[in-house]
Amino acid sequence: MMSDKVGLVIISHSPKIGDGVFELIKQVITGVPIAVAAGTDDNQIGTSMEKIIDAITQVDNGNGVLLMYDLGSAKMNAEMAIEFSESANVQLADHIPLVEGSYIAAVEANMGKSLQEIRNSLQKIELTEM
Amino acid sequence: MIILTVEQTKQWMQEIQKRMEANKEQLTALDQAIGDGDHGINMARGFNEVVNKIDDTEYDSVADVLKSAAMTLTAKVGGASGPLYGTAFLKMSMALQDKEVNQQNFKEAIDAALAGIKMRGNAEFGEKTMYDVWYQVAEFLASENVEDWEEMIEACQATIEDTREMVATKGRASYLKERTLGHVDPGSMSSFYIFEALVAVIEVGN
Ligand SMILES: Nc1ncnc2c1ncn2[C@@H]1O[C@H](COP(=O)(O)OP(=O)(O)OP(=O)(O)O)[C@@H](O)[C@H]1O
Ligand SMILES: [Mg+2]
Repeated sequence: MMSDKVGLVIISHSPKIGDGVFELIKQVITGVPIAVAAGTDDNQIGTSMEKIIDAITQVDNGNGVLLMYDLGSAKMNAEMAIEFSESANVQLADHIPLVEGSYIAAVEANMGKSLQEIRNSLQKIELTEM
Repeated sequence: MIILTVEQTKQWMQEIQKRMEANKEQLTALDQAIGDGDHGINMARGFNEVVNKIDDTEYDSVADVLKSAAMTLTAKVGGASGPLYGTAFLKMSMALQDKEVNQQNFKEAIDAALAGIKMRGNAEFGEKTMYDVWYQVAEFLASENVEDWEEMIEACQATIEDTREMVATKGRASYLKERTLGHVDPGSMSSFYIFEALVAVIEVGN
């Protein structure tokens, strides 16, 4: 059904933030495969490589997967998930603010834009520090 | 000469676990000062899981024990120290694949771990992170034919004190900038316990 669109993974330290960003997007966009990987294994504040890998598997339709993340260890666990995941073409939206970036990425994925096109658009909101 | 056997590697993990559990409050307090206050909990949880895992498993090599520890830490720690220590132990494991652990091989494994932490955290020496302590250990192993491992502990201790005078530029602490002055880096402290535990189990000799 949604097989022609780039998948998105929302990675946050907080399950509430992850779910909140998801909710924000879902109000507008329903045709894009999106999964949340937020909090540790036992839903404490933190990130989990396993959750990220599971989320990648969930949204990977062969059109590429973009990982959006928040602070600190989220990036490191996302990079490890890319290394250990079986999916090809998984990329990190590096230095992109989570809420705005996820929203833009979802809108563009819904238009059928490619992973590279989405990353180019996100460059406009790149942070110098994160 | 073999300085670390499979059994000693398991003991190393147990000795680390004891120290993380005993110093949980201290690590948490350090992280409360310049981070988010979860480092003690992260470390205790991570190494408890490591010990649970290795106690129930038979291993053929030191590399396999280290790999098991690496995977468990990556999965269970939750904070930055999870992927960082996970990467460090994984790189050690890879460097020791099909090898017995003599001093030369161990040195190479530490070098690999150091490169792994650098790659994962994008850290340099002097940024007030655990990298500083691993760097010091690598330096120590490069410069001498170790006869007294206690000297390594002393070198680590000095590095921990050095982090007090540094401004953090990586990790959660970096948001506090100059406010991190005067505080010891929690990850450097936990790395100290890792090497203190090592010295408790490792053999002396070449
Ligand atoms: N980029 C980095 N490079 C090297 N070491 C780092 C880096 N970021 C953090 N650290 C080390 O990790 C320690 C903090 O570990 P801890 O388990 O508390 O993670 P955290 O900072 O709470 O993680 P998170 O980013 O998920 O909040 C720091 O004291 C520091 O030594
Ligand atoms: Mg912390």
